[in-house]
Amino acid sequence: MSDPVVAKRSGRGRRIAMFVLAFVLVALAWEGYKAVGPKAGGEIFGMRILASTNDRAMPHIWDMLARYSDPEIRGGTETIFVVVLRAAWYSFRCSLAAFAIGSLLGIGLAVLMARFRTFERAVMPYLVISQTVPIIVLAPLIFSLMAYQSRDLAGETWLAAVLLGIFLAFFPVAMGTLRGLRDTPAAPLELMDSYAAGWWKTLWKLRFPNAVPYLAPALRLAGAAAVVGVTVSEISLGVRFGVGRLILSYGQEATSDPPKLYTAVFGAAALGLVMAAVVLGIDRLLMRNRPPEAL
Amino acid sequence: MRHGRAVKMAAIVSIASVFAAACGSDGTDTGGSATTAGGSGSGAGLSVDVAKCTAPSGAKVKLQLQWVTQAQFAGYFAAVDQGFYKDAGLDVEIVEGGVDIPPQKTLASGAVDFAISWVPKALAEREAGAKVTNIAQVYQRSGTLQVSFKDKNITSAADFKDKKIGNWGFGNEYEIFAALSKNNLDPAKDVTLIQQNFDMNGLLSGEIDAAEAMTYNEYAQVLEAKNEATGELYKPEDLNVVSYEAEGVGMLQDAIWADQTRLSDPAYCGQAVAFVKASLQGWAFCRDNTQKCADIVVAKGSKLGATHQLWQMNEVNKLIWPAAGGVGVIDTAAWDRTISIASGTKNLDGKTVLTKAPDAESWTNDIVNEAVKQLTAAGVDVNGSSFAPLTVTLTEGGA
Repeated sequence: MSDPVVAKRSGRGRRIAMFVLAFVLVALAWEGYKAVGPKAGGEIFGMRILASTNDRAMPHIWDMLARYSDPEIRGGTETIFVVVLRAAWYSFRCSLAAFAIGSLLGIGLAVLMARFRTFERAVMPYLVISQTVPIIVLAPLIFSLMAYQSRDLAGETWLAAVLLGIFLAFFPVAMGTLRGLRDTPAAPLELMDSYAAGWWKTLWKLRFPNAVPYLAPALRLAGAAAVVGVTVSEISLGVRFGVGRLILSYGQEATSDPPKLYTAVFGAAALGLVMAAVVLGIDRLLMRNRPPEAL
Repeated sequence: MRHGRAVKMAAIVSIASVFAAACGSDGTDTGGSATTAGGSGSGAGLSVDVAKCTAPSGAKVKLQLQWVTQAQFAGYFAAVDQGFYKDAGLDVEIVEGGVDIPPQKTLASGAVDFAISWVPKALAEREAGAKVTNIAQVYQRSGTLQVSFKDKNITSAADFKDKKIGNWGFGNEYEIFAALSKNNLDPAKDVTLIQQNFDMNGLLSGEIDAAEAMTYNEYAQVLEAKNEATGELYKPEDLNVVSYEAEGVGMLQDAIWADQTRLSDPAYCGQAVAFVKASLQGWAFCRDNTQKCADIVVAKGSKLGATHQLWQMNEVNKLIWPAAGGVGVIDTAAWDRTISIASGTKNLDGKTVLTKAPDAESWTNDIVNEAVKQLTAAGVDVNGSSFAPLTVTLTEGGA
């Protein structure tokens, strides 16, 4: 007799175990390579490929973790852990805003493109081109455009970071939703036609629900893109409270304090994980009433 | 059912926007109030009739830095903290810089009123159309070094021959090229130039023989790192230092830039005089209160450790003081040398910083002379002839 609740619970337990195991494996790989790899780097076929394993290039993982309990600045009261956590929280809020606005924008664009073929033909090439421009070019561009717009926006670099997050997040959502709206099977569409349902009614009752399975993976991409857009712009523009800025600051100290840089890098990674969890939650919410065979 | 879903989606979105609202920025620095600008200005460069400038009272002014908050800009933070801007009739907001924020460009866009930038970079931007004018040369000397370990025997630029020379690129390499050509070394053949990261790991790992470093930052980072051979920190005795200032190829660095197109406006030029005056007063304060200024910068949110910050403050003071011709006054010999290197020295791509010498409107001493005059009248020491730097002991990691 298999109890579905127990099965579900043990499945969750196994997922958590796998998650932890993955971390342990990465840590083992790092320390393992550090133990056997060349201290000053090595060459294969005359090319410098092997990374050097000295403590400056590859600090011990326990050194990185130990830094979290140290005060950020000697004599200061705040530990690095608190500082990194606060910065990651700040960037998370920016990323979440970028994700939410970007997703809505993407869905809106998809509806317009599904409704008006001309709009799609006019806009689609630009959307594709827009995603080929590197962020490190766009971040200062958006910032200087803002500065030209208004004096009050000079220094508001966080806004440019959020705009960039939106810019990266909307694209996968627009593409996924459009695909979903288009892929509605003909039979139900004809049924809606026979009910004399208008386009918008059909959209709401039929096309949207049909697009949901396409939306879920798109949202995952958008979540990751929002985090990348925000944190990379934080590095590029030096956004004051963000985790990207912390990576920049700690990177400057990497000569004398290499493990410290990793504390901020882990902060950024944790931010990405939390974002992934949020998207997963939204995904579950959207898909909760779907029978498994509908997927 | 479907509507229930829509409501939940709306709820998620609205929660997200609450977070978004919290993701703003704060932390503006204000100071604020008024003395008069009077007297006359003369000399080469752009001519500004300071007699026509009107003294500000409570004018809101923005200053764009070229990097994040650190002691490199201590004078401005001290002027806010000590109320010097306020006394000069200004309400100053300091805007931090970043990797991709060229201050002279932000200035030309009109988004800020003044900017701190190195002279060659600002002049390159000017050549590209940004009408920015140097109104005070705060750093009188170049702080760029080439640092190497003793066993490499690099005590002057002539010793660069056949060595691996680190350089930052991005326009920060011209002092190196000027020093090479001064010593008749061909950058393409006589040395191996290595693109260097903004840390000193290349030097410590031996990939680079001599690494580019600022006196106030990267050099200190080496002295804060542990020598794995001895288990102690690296010491100045372990290192040779080539100073580009001493080699005679120093280029002028941190200066205060103003928007040339607005300098004919009496209100703006009054703000410029007041801003330069209060800023230089801030720098004089930091000369006499090195520790206090390092603390001010730390309190403003700099991430650099306390001893590193103090070291930086002390080294920056050395680049400003003593100022024989008056603090902030542009020394025409140093200016001309900077321009001749910027327009005459080619990097590996055969590029120069400037294609031709900049026009006379690129600088003026009229504003800083007026500021220095007012400071002298107020009893501020504008020369610092008795300036004596501290001896700062660095700790591991600069903490």
